Amino acid sequence: MSCPEKYTAYMHDYLDEDISEQRALELSEHIQSCGTCEEHFKELKRTIALVQGTAHIKAPEGFTEDIMAKLPKEKRKVELNRWFKNHPFLSAASLFFLLMAGSLFSNWNQEEQFSYSKQPNILVENDTVIVPEGEVVKGDILVRNGKVQIEGEVQGDVTVINGEISGEKYLAAAGKVTGEISEVNEIFDWIWYHIKTTVKNTFNMNEDEERSLQ
Amino acid sequence: METIVNSRIKQVLKGDQNAYGEIVELYKDKIFQLCYRMLGNRHEAEDVAQEAFIRAYINIQSFKQGKKFSSWIYRIATNLCIDRIRKKKPDYFLDAEVPGTEGLTMYSQIASDSVMPEDKLVRLELQETVQKEISKLPEKYRAVIVLKYMEELSLNEISEILDIPLGTVKTRIHRGRETLRQQLRNL
Ligand SMILES: [Zn+2]
Repeated sequence: MSCPEKYTAYMHDYLDEDISEQRALELSEHIQSCGTCEEHFKELKRTIALVQGTAHIKAPEGFTEDIMAKLPKEKRKVELNRWFKNHPFLSAASLFFLLMAGSLFSNWNQEEQFSYSKQPNILVENDTVIVPEGEVVKGDILVRNGKVQIEGEVQGDVTVINGEISGEKYLAAAGKVTGEISEVNEIFDWIWYHIKTTVKNTFNMNEDEERSLQ
Repeated sequence: METIVNSRIKQVLKGDQNAYGEIVELYKDKIFQLCYRMLGNRHEAEDVAQEAFIRAYINIQSFKQGKKFSSWIYRIATNLCIDRIRKKKPDYFLDAEVPGTEGLTMYSQIASDSVMPEDKLVRLELQETVQKEISKLPEKYRAVIVLKYMEELSLNEISEILDIPLGTVKTRIHRGRETLRQQLRNL
């Protein structure tokens, strides 16, 4: 019981691998001759073994997902970048559309003459394409630089580029269009229209016949 | 590993949240284990470990490039654990119970769930006792003991994580070991 304090300190230094050779030797000599310190040292080593022996435990299921769900929302730009990275085909397609938009811009200004899709039962008066009352047009109607007046029925899409659909307001009463009706009067509508038709044509392969008046 | 982590951190800094998921995956077991050993309760450990990762994410700008991310996340988690312990009544966690399983500790839960060989039961019981004794240590000793012997970190790393001098780390480890020795000697 009258062992100097320093031996306990040496034991801990030894366990921390932070002891000089000379002190280590001193400690081991003392332990060989002192039962109390020998026991103390043994107990310390056993304590460490017990603590180290507790099983390693793993984070519960779904731990990471839970955290990710709780994080504040990330910036939109990064989300878009990653989307492009993960969808290389679609981003290539987007790039293609953008380039095409450039060439379309000149088309937009060049094509100034009146033209329309030639459908059998339609009337043309000046720059107005008329679907007469009681007539049924089977197919799409595309008109450039003119108007469309719908009094009968169109079983397809009606698109007017740089013009207007004048029958539209009384469609509910008289005329009927089964497909989409769109007026394209702005450059972005124009680009959008081309993107849509390109996609449609690519996937459906249904080219609509469009002929010029001239 | 630190190189991967540093490149992921750069991505996170640019706002890429998914890169953070990879960082969490790398450290989740270590951080969860630290919290579990500090708090002695799975539910609280999960809660605090998640909070540590969320705080690290929110404060990622203040993480200094070139430093060890592991030390940083260990530090955040350790501080959160110590805060949590200080807020609790000192004897609450000694008999940590999982809510809804009154009277059952981790050990008795496992033991009652399945038939086990005797020696495996004894081992589990022993681990339960050790965990209990660790939970009784004052938190400053507990932190160094857990970081040293369960997370297997060097004294220098511990000094960095806790932001205390190496000498203080040693003193606390010595005291922690002595206290545990007295508690576990009769096992
Ligand atoms: Zn002695």
